[in-house]
Amino acid sequence: MPEPPVSEPGLEFEIDAHRGAFHLQVAGKFTAAWTVIFGPSGAGKSTLLHLLAGLGEGKLVRVKLEGRALNDSSRGFAVRPGKRQTGLVAQEPALFPHLPVADNVGYGLDAMERAQRVRRVEEMLALVGATELAGRRIQDLSGGQAQRVALARALAPAPALLLLDEPFSALDGPTSDALLERLQAWTPANRMQAVMATHDATDALALGAEVLLLEAGRKIAQGPATEVLAAERARLRNRLDGCKGRVL
Amino acid sequence: MDWQAFFLTFKLATMTTAILLAVCIPLAAWLVLGRARWLAVIEAAATLPLVLPPTVLGFFLLVLLGPRTVVGRGIAAVIGHPLAFSFDGLVVGSVIYSLPFALQPLVAGFSAIPTSLLDAARLLGASPARIVRTILVPLAKPSLIVAVVLSFLHTVGEFGVVLMLGGDIPGATRTLSILLYNQVENFDYAAAMRTAGLLIAFSLVALVLIYSRARAGLTPKGERSRA
Repeated sequence: MPEPPVSEPGLEFEIDAHRGAFHLQVAGKFTAAWTVIFGPSGAGKSTLLHLLAGLGEGKLVRVKLEGRALNDSSRGFAVRPGKRQTGLVAQEPALFPHLPVADNVGYGLDAMERAQRVRRVEEMLALVGATELAGRRIQDLSGGQAQRVALARALAPAPALLLLDEPFSALDGPTSDALLERLQAWTPANRMQAVMATHDATDALALGAEVLLLEAGRKIAQGPATEVLAAERARLRNRLDGCKGRVL
Repeated sequence: MDWQAFFLTFKLATMTTAILLAVCIPLAAWLVLGRARWLAVIEAAATLPLVLPPTVLGFFLLVLLGPRTVVGRGIAAVIGHPLAFSFDGLVVGSVIYSLPFALQPLVAGFSAIPTSLLDAARLLGASPARIVRTILVPLAKPSLIVAVVLSFLHTVGEFGVVLMLGGDIPGATRTLSILLYNQVENFDYAAAMRTAGLLIAFSLVALVLIYSRARAGLTPKGERSRA
């Protein structure tokens, strides 16, 4: 019998994909519980997250989670989105408009028996601070509330990998920080790895996460938040100084 | 008034509509969700009855379902009689004839649903069948109603296919439109007027019912209400 493959922790990927004129070419390995993909808008953060989630194709897409291959485009191999133990909270919450909040959160729990599902939905809504929204219609939610519900929906099936694409853009700073803190405390016990895309440096610093700096579809740097962001700040300051010299 | 023709027409349209929904919901979902290039060929083939003259369609079906082809003989062996010149044959003909009228609104309705919702459902582990049942159909309800009304009324109004494929057998294939044709041929204009009036009234009432329901569903903001 062949040896079972040794479980390698973390998320490994190699991606080469075109979206119109935009070219995303990036490879990396995330082993930290929290990784932040940081970069300006148009850097390719959303495209990268979509490909990691198994939504979409590219010239080369290789994704491995905990040693298990999820994509290998050279072999035409792809695990379909629902079978990857991967959750995604997209920029736009994409809640099902015809279902109340509780049914949205429970949508991924189809295999669970009813009583257990109800409990899980309550637990998830409590985690994101949205218990009182359970019976609401989607149309009656504010932008921030919709984002909380979308997060609860993605967390409910207990994914091994949670992808967050600017998930709290509609929440104010302190609320967003509090939610992130709660989520960060929740992840280790649930053996979940999180990857969050943001263009807000404070998110990256608040999490004390590993940071991948992405610009124009290329990886510029990867490392601890303080180091990568300090280097980025120095680079921006140099550039600003250069501008100042020209203006004055 | 020939109520036999009236009920026959009603039965034909009801059965045709039911079969069309059962066929077109999965077919439309496949056309919208699938990514294969050759799906365009399927969509084109399914739209063909829209551009073919009904007599051409009826003629081909008459030949295909008649006793001279393998298909026709096979079907006759299974159901015990040839499909041509029978009510069952009319159902088959009507389903093909009205197929685009059920399919097109459903394809349009399903394609209007944002991809982000479908992606979310996929990521949460929903199978294609569950996506159709829980996302596509509930969110495309107005298109579903249009598909039902159009295929029903289009079947009520069909003439060429029925004449070619069904002939004119009272109680089996004599529908209202065939009856009307007979009455005009016999210069019985008074009876023809009644039949034509009945066809118009029936279609108008059905359309008014549907549109008043659809309009009641419009809120002042123009949002769709959930029934």
